[in-house]
Amino acid sequence: MAASGLLFIGFVLGHMYGNLKAFAGEETFNNYAEHLREFGEPILPHEGFLWIARVGLLAALVVHVTCAVILARRAGRARTVKYVVKKNTHSSFSSHWMRWGGATLLLFIVWHLLNFSFGKVNVSNGETGDPDKNPYRLMVDNFDVWWLTAIYLVAMVALALHLHHGTFSSAQTLGLTGTARARRNARAAGLVIAIVVAGGFSLVPIGVLAGIID
Amino acid sequence: MAGSTLHDGLTPLNSAPTQTSDDAHGYYVKGDKIVDTAAPTGPIADRWTTRRFENRLVNPANRRKLTVIIVGTGLAGAAAAATMGEAGYKVKSFCYQDSPRRAHSIAAQGGINAAKNYKEDGDSVFRLFYDTVKGGDYRSRESNVYRLAEVSTSIIDQCVAQGVPFARDYGGLLDNRSFGGVQVSRTFYARGQTGQQLLIGAYQAMERQVAAGTVESYTRHEMLELIVVDGVARGIIARDLVSGEIETHLADVVVLASGGYGNVFYLSTNAMNSNVTAAWRAHRKGAYMANPCYTQIHPTCIPVAGEYQSKLTLMSESLRNDGRIWVPKNREDCDKDPRDIPEEDRDYYLERIYPAFGNLVPRDIASRQAKNVCDEGRGVGPVVGDFRRGVYLDFADAIERLGEDAVREKYDNLFDMYERITGENPYQVPMRIYPAVHYVMGGLWVDYHLQSNIPGLFVTGEANFSDHGANRLGASALMQGLADGYFVLPNTIRDYLADGPFAPVDESHPAVVEARQDVEDRVQKLLSINGKRSADSFHKELGHIMWEYCGMERSEPGLRKAIDMIRELKAAFWSDLRVLGSAETINQSLEKAGRVADFIELGELMCIDALNRRESCGGHFRAESQTDDGEALRHDDEFAYVAAWEWGGEEGQPVLHKEDLIYTAVEMKQRSYK
Amino acid sequence: MKLTLKIWRQASPEAQGAIHTYDLDDVSEEMSFLEMLDVLNEQLNDAGEEPITFDHDCREGICGSCDLMIDGQAHGPEVTTSCQLHMRSFKDGQTITVEPWRSDAFPVLKDLSVDRSAFDRIIQAGGYISANTGSAPEANSVPAPREKAMRAFNVATCIGCGACVAACPNGSASLFLGAKITHLGELPQGQPERWSRVTAMVAQHDAEGFGGCTNIGECTAACPKEIPLDVISQLNKDYRMALKQGH
Repeated sequence: MAASGLLFIGFVLGHMYGNLKAFAGEETFNNYAEHLREFGEPILPHEGFLWIARVGLLAALVVHVTCAVILARRAGRARTVKYVVKKNTHSSFSSHWMRWGGATLLLFIVWHLLNFSFGKVNVSNGETGDPDKNPYRLMVDNFDVWWLTAIYLVAMVALALHLHHGTFSSAQTLGLTGTARARRNARAAGLVIAIVVAGGFSLVPIGVLAGIID
Repeated sequence: MAGSTLHDGLTPLNSAPTQTSDDAHGYYVKGDKIVDTAAPTGPIADRWTTRRFENRLVNPANRRKLTVIIVGTGLAGAAAAATMGEAGYKVKSFCYQDSPRRAHSIAAQGGINAAKNYKEDGDSVFRLFYDTVKGGDYRSRESNVYRLAEVSTSIIDQCVAQGVPFARDYGGLLDNRSFGGVQVSRTFYARGQTGQQLLIGAYQAMERQVAAGTVESYTRHEMLELIVVDGVARGIIARDLVSGEIETHLADVVVLASGGYGNVFYLSTNAMNSNVTAAWRAHRKGAYMANPCYTQIHPTCIPVAGEYQSKLTLMSESLRNDGRIWVPKNREDCDKDPRDIPEEDRDYYLERIYPAFGNLVPRDIASRQAKNVCDEGRGVGPVVGDFRRGVYLDFADAIERLGEDAVREKYDNLFDMYERITGENPYQVPMRIYPAVHYVMGGLWVDYHLQSNIPGLFVTGEANFSDHGANRLGASALMQGLADGYFVLPNTIRDYLADGPFAPVDESHPAVVEARQDVEDRVQKLLSINGKRSADSFHKELGHIMWEYCGMERSEPGLRKAIDMIRELKAAFWSDLRVLGSAETINQSLEKAGRVADFIELGELMCIDALNRRESCGGHFRAESQTDDGEALRHDDEFAYVAAWEWGGEEGQPVLHKEDLIYTAVEMKQRSYK
Repeated sequence: MKLTLKIWRQASPEAQGAIHTYDLDDVSEEMSFLEMLDVLNEQLNDAGEEPITFDHDCREGICGSCDLMIDGQAHGPEVTTSCQLHMRSFKDGQTITVEPWRSDAFPVLKDLSVDRSAFDRIIQAGGYISANTGSAPEANSVPAPREKAMRAFNVATCIGCGACVAACPNGSASLFLGAKITHLGELPQGQPERWSRVTAMVAQHDAEGFGGCTNIGECTAACPKEIPLDVISQLNKDYRMALKQGH
């Protein structure tokens, strides 16, 4: 769980960095998108790096979800009779929302891949497959639609919560938080990563809505 | 006898006592004198080594065929179970708690003594031996105490090897402190939780043997009867406290490590369920109960707050190192805020009466003087019953002298505990303390081998009487429990087991059937009285009687009155007890009722023992035996003996057997702390 | 003060339990929570109703017997054991719900009493240092760094009450497990069995049916001995090292 989670943290950081290129304008953004496909050439075939990353991420996702399901089922079996009154007073909301938040993110990822990777659905005009081969346009068109932006922003809240606890939790699970100081640092890292990643991702749709990106 | 030589060539330093008083006349029957036939001879320092060699060995192949029942899983019981298991015996361990780890040894705070002399401050085995004999007011056996001091060093080695996290200094070596006014630093400690750490060490060692299959652990089981076949202990009847089932467990030898009976006072620092039943049942089957009136009252406990109070909490007496004890000089000041009472209106009574020792006088003196000032009407704190029971333990001077941080560093866990219980902040308001029953030195009589007068019944730890005498040094209870469990019992019991395996006993043997039937009848009896009062209410009443008349200060008329009151209470118990529920499930009221029934009988014997012992010695003060200035006065010429009481039957009177105490290594001296 | 108590009553392990409501007057602020239950039990006994069964023994916060879920919090609103919780932590007129620990690894025996023998079995699996009586070397022959000894002590103060399990949304006993792993693993004497210990104890923990840890932290908040969360990190680290070494 922790190892796959760390991989995702790395991925979302990189992904967010790429997205921010939207602020640098259409050409830069599209160049960046194209370079991802050319990355590692000629040693790797065209889109080779991308496919390796995709396969790796998919494997991590399978591991991550499988572990989550096992943990959830174990937790369910560990307490079949529930408390009449139960208070959780000393733990973060994010730590309790890992399962629902994770499921939310899973749904979002499916939609997101259909939206931008496989289907390349342009919800503003109904086109699919991005006939202009212009990812920048696809993005701007999509985020011009308010409800799509809303979906993305909600998903970013879920991502922030997931990262907030997930970052700390993976450090803890990997045994890296053996001291009070290390624990504080891991918690701080969780907060920083959550804000940076979710905030960074959100800047783009907000930028589109605000007309900074068009 | 003093001056002449004993059969082993040693010169006795005292004569055999001759009792001239007979205060308990009419309450008991005089029995024959007894001697410890297992007592070793020769120079005191060689006795244990010689005896270990003399004791026969048990063939390793035979050990698996020998079943050892051990009742209780405190330090003595768990340590014995682990060690006997490691040796390859088939051990069956019983405890009433839900886990062996919860036995009340866990609550000991201060530390454990050992003659390691790591501080090079003049300590030695002989000095620990000497201090213990003196601390016990010359009412213990020399040989036993010497052995205790001798094995003390091995205990520390053993515990460290098990992973007990004792306090260490910066070099990583073990740290020691001075404890209870002793002038050498020989106490090993794990902050204020030494008992917990030692017990967990023993518990883990025992659980390791459970995993290895040598120890079978019966938790939530209470021993309710001893099985004696042809005069030999061969098993126990126990009740499974969950299913209610009465079970018969047969064995080659039975070890009682069932702890002390301080709860006869209702309020004590013992755990709520600590009880005398295992020991008392053995007593009724013929085992002698020795010096039952020897109890230790600890001076620094948190006072009673109300009638509902269920137990008392001890705070380590290390607090007396820095706290100053006082009460107001005038009764009118007793309900004032102590901070508003000026210095000249305070009576630092220990510093006043005992200028040499001040607040560090021994436990019994600190306790008795606290009771005296409260009896005078100068106690502080809430009025419970008819008067205030509490004195101040003030850290204001220490805080001024050392700074609050230094005081915090030393005592923070104790201060926190105090604040949690009382709701008062001891950094600002003086603590209130009051004495409470803490430990009993009395217990089942055992010989040097820890065997009772019933062959095959061994008794260890607080449950036996052997090592401390009439009082106990601080940090010595843990030492005795572990000495018995790890090192003494396993080395003495083998001499008994060398004769085994013994002829098998069948569950249908009349003695077994009878024991079982007795238990079943008794359980049914308790459930069927159907009166009005709870067992707890009887227990509380018994406690009041014991505390008032058989506590720190005893007198002849008081004890006679107490005996009458206890007899009335016993009659009321068996006619007006109400136990609801059934015997087929957990029934805590039923468990309690059985324990209270035994406490009532024990209480009577304690009063008779106290009545007979017309001397002030060790932990208690007998009003009829005091010096001109009101201090304790011992009578070695009359009472330098162990009072071993034999059960006289339901209608009969207890029979007193005396075992004379003859010293060859330490000369008896009267204590003086003035 | 007056209180309304909603208390779980269950006649036997198999029986169906339910919450019963009791009113109690004249509760003193100075009482401990268990003394308050004593008073209630005395009243029940007088009224002919069987008293409530609850685990308790030392009543000074060290034996670990008491195990009450008080108003949704293990051992109630203060950081202490149920026996050391005092009624001054509650308000006059308050309704308090009292339940047993809820964990399938701790089956209810009767009323508020549960069976925690799973903890003993976890210790049996490896929660010890194998040192037969008599085989120990001289105690000071192996120095233990003070910092490590202090950490070992701090986590060895675990009383095995099970509050960590009761509070954990996953029903995990990782704090209990981590405390023992850290205690023995910090000491030089604990090194020879360090890796086999952690794998065996984790396996037993899982076999007992405790849940897995997701690092929420309710355990450490409920722990009356304030065992810190870093013992779980230590547990994970030791487990990782053990797997690496083929245990």
